[in-house]
Amino acid sequence: MPKPGEFYQRDREWHPPALTRDYKTSVSRSPQYSLISLQNSVSEITGPVFGHNDIDPLDKDLIYNYAQPGESAIGERIILHGRVLDENGRPVPKTLVEAWQANAGGRYRHKKDTYLAPIDPNFGGCGRTLTDENGYYYFRTVKPGAYPWRNWVNSWRPAHIHMSIFGTGFAQRLITQCYFEGDPLIHKCPIVNTIPDPEAINRLIAPLDLNATIPLDTIAYKFDIVLRGRRSTLFENRLEGN
Amino acid sequence: MTQELNYLKETPSQTAGPYVHIGLAPGAAGFDLYKQELGWDIAGPNAKGERIRIEGIVIDGTGSPVKDVLLEAWQANADGNYAHPEGGGDVEQGFRGWGRVITDFETGEWGFNTIKPGSTQGRNVGTQAPHINLWIVARGINVGLNTRIYFDDEAEANAADPVLNLVEWERRRATLIAKRTERDGAVVYRFDVKLQGEDETVFFDI
Ligand SMILES: [Fe+2]
Repeated sequence: MPKPGEFYQRDREWHPPALTRDYKTSVSRSPQYSLISLQNSVSEITGPVFGHNDIDPLDKDLIYNYAQPGESAIGERIILHGRVLDENGRPVPKTLVEAWQANAGGRYRHKKDTYLAPIDPNFGGCGRTLTDENGYYYFRTVKPGAYPWRNWVNSWRPAHIHMSIFGTGFAQRLITQCYFEGDPLIHKCPIVNTIPDPEAINRLIAPLDLNATIPLDTIAYKFDIVLRGRRSTLFENRLEGN
Repeated sequence: MTQELNYLKETPSQTAGPYVHIGLAPGAAGFDLYKQELGWDIAGPNAKGERIRIEGIVIDGTGSPVKDVLLEAWQANADGNYAHPEGGGDVEQGFRGWGRVITDFETGEWGFNTIKPGSTQGRNVGTQAPHINLWIVARGINVGLNTRIYFDDEAEANAADPVLNLVEWERRRATLIAKRTERDGAVVYRFDVKLQGEDETVFFDI
């Protein structure tokens, strides 16, 4: 049985580059020197392990995890669900998925967010869960609202949920954003458009999933996440020169 | 035409944005939601080795502190083992080796308490000098940045480290080495990160 080896090289032409002038904040926060490419050692192949003791089952229910007893968050009730897979198509089980978002009016519960849309007293805006043995995860939440942001004076973020995923090795660590099918703001967004390949952008747009709704109760969107895959070590590298 | 390879493509990265705290450190965003936030205790109570603190600031290309950054640390224990099935060996009960910190919103200063890691195994032969792997995300950073913290009191191990030696510009290697100081009897290492410009920190594509 071949041993799992290094992670496949990250495709840096598929991900956004560091410097993306239309997303203005990147200009002063982008390294100018090239990244130095490392072959993976134990430091990159390993990563933190989480278990059910770390989180609470209610953490994945953003409609109720900050609500007063008997209350719930305001907005379009949605299930966001999908699988975490690797590039080999294998599920990534028991990995931590964290999510955060604005409320249905486009306002974040954050002391730095001063947008005039009101805070929802029953909505915190964060959740977390572990994938099951098949790599499956789900959240219940409300669909976030679009919001304005200071880039150009008339820049609006499409509705989105921020997602953080771990995988099994620190080299797989990923933060991304999930958008929703049909939103006309997606392709106008300078942050979305940091991604050069339209096909890669499509991978961040969750389709409506009528098969996963709860009829008369909650609509659903599907968002699969792919983390880097690992090589199989068929032949050990020769030690000379390593 | 050929057969299809059928590999999937990695999900593209997007910036963590200015409100990353809500998701990953909600207490700092101004509200308590989780019974237990993750990543505030890296080493746990039973870890062997020297107790240390690492502090720093992340500086942008204009020379200003980045005040909305989030950093994650991943490290081995004092024996050089990571808390992972492929991590090289056992670790102490309660040692996770992973932590996350955010900066002070006013000053941009960050810091975390941990233990000094031991040397870890090299890729095929030899060892790597003690180091902490660091991942940095923030508004304006499109793909999280990976770097490493080495220690200036490990000059001999650093000189033999395979990753430091991959940095062909010797003066850039200094950007990866934290400086040891003492404060009130405690060991504090200083590790400032420069995202851009003069003495830009070395970042890795891992
Ligand atoms: Fe956002």
